Amino acid sequence: MPTMASDRALPAIQVDPTNKPYFDAAREGRLLIGLCKDTGKYFWYPRGCSPFTLSNNVELVEAKGTGTIYTYSVMRTKEPYAVAYVELDEGVRIFTNIVDCDLDSLRIGQRVKVVFKPTQGDSPPATMFTPI
Amino acid sequence: MSINGKAYIVGAFEHPTRKADDKSVAQLHAEVAFGALQDAGLSKDDIDGYFCTGAAPGLGPINMADYLGLTKLRHLDSTDVGGSSYILHVGHAAEAIALGKCNIALITLAGRPRAEAMATGTAPRSWGVNVPDDPFEIPYGRTVVNAYAMCAMRHMYEYGTTSEQLAWIKVAASHHAQWNEHAMLRKVVTVEEVVNSPMIADPLHRLDCCVISDGGGALIVARPEIAKSLKRPLVKVRGAAEATKNQNAGYTDLTYSGARWSGPRAFEEAGVKPSDIQYASIYDSFTITVLIQLEDLGFCEKGQGGKFVADGNLISGVGKLPFNTDGGGLCNNHPANRGGMTKVIEAVRQLRGEAHPKVQVPNCTLALAHGTGGLLGTRHGSATVILERE
Repeated sequence: MPTMASDRALPAIQVDPTNKPYFDAAREGRLLIGLCKDTGKYFWYPRGCSPFTLSNNVELVEAKGTGTIYTYSVMRTKEPYAVAYVELDEGVRIFTNIVDCDLDSLRIGQRVKVVFKPTQGDSPPATMFTPI
Repeated sequence: MSINGKAYIVGAFEHPTRKADDKSVAQLHAEVAFGALQDAGLSKDDIDGYFCTGAAPGLGPINMADYLGLTKLRHLDSTDVGGSSYILHVGHAAEAIALGKCNIALITLAGRPRAEAMATGTAPRSWGVNVPDDPFEIPYGRTVVNAYAMCAMRHMYEYGTTSEQLAWIKVAASHHAQWNEHAMLRKVVTVEEVVNSPMIADPLHRLDCCVISDGGGALIVARPEIAKSLKRPLVKVRGAAEATKNQNAGYTDLTYSGARWSGPRAFEEAGVKPSDIQYASIYDSFTITVLIQLEDLGFCEKGQGGKFVADGNLISGVGKLPFNTDGGGLCNNHPANRGGMTKVIEAVRQLRGEAHPKVQVPNCTLALAHGTGGLLGTRHGSATVILERE
């Protein structure tokens, strides 16, 4: 018996001034990641400083939206769901959910692509992934 | 400057309750403080240093100091690194004593998540307001159990660790808990029972998870002259260290913990090595927590934790490294969802020769207590302390 992921109700996301551009892009279906312009390195999660140099010389840049599952776990609740870290092709590992699939078929190393799922009310969508 | 030999644990008390329907959290703090003072042979007004965490009711240490009637305080510390805080506090208390900032420090922990029917491990929880990582994790159903489960999944993938090996950790804890009259789960379990218990978050089963309990504990740390004037066995702080493990800007590696840093620093300060340790209290929020910490502390090579814990190697009187002889968080208790306090208390019992006779390590003179606070799979605090019977 497969365990199909369901579209569970997602809570509203708390948007703040430094992450607002990230969530504005998510509304347009685009995945952004942090770029430290001092070092040229990408970072996750988006923030108002570089975690490499602490300067504010940072910007958000568009990622390809594809990656591989670094690790995952299926929560065996009434409405099962899969948390995961997905390693984007740009290298950063992001905390997310794997959706629109049989949760019992997931494996580390599996290729996935980004999908955006609605949250409560006017809140921006959540950034999730589904097997390619 | 080192804290080695600068302070002693002179009082320790674990609250016997596991479900405190008829007590307040503040009252539990008072009861454990009183118990530790009685154990030490000291009284309230001897205390001039006080340590607690955000789990204590009120603003830092202020409200509890008021409730407890602590009027002589000249040193305060409410450093909160989750469940590992109380291990870290032993080190901080030793530092304060070494610098002459206080003479007798009290550390308290209490809580009643069980009476309050808190969904400790399976409901998404934030640590506060304006937490910058929350928008990127809470909506995705990050819970305590799945944040540890993802570490187990990756460890299995990289090193071939099995559910059966993880189960041995629970089996060992249950062998110890059978002798503890206060333990919540006293039944000895088998590997098969652990791996056949319901899956909570792949690959962790129900019996891979610690209990949810009320209660608490307290410790009293004092300068050497005071310790030597009291009637209790001498338990010296030889080394202590702390660290945080971050998500590393998105380049996280879930196969190790902050013990990789706090462990070696504590061993260096104590001037001992892992093979010298006769008893270890290892934070056991989940079986995987123990396995990863044992590797990082240097009890075995990275990736070899599964083989190390198998076949009863953690069972007192059977294996090479007796651990959590009170039954630990997996079987005994996990007061306030914070296991660091009871880790230190059982290490003190072992060093005093006051553990249950069935689990007492013979001539135990060197012990370690280690904890991970927060989430192994995202970001956490790590604290290690090494104690010696003098």
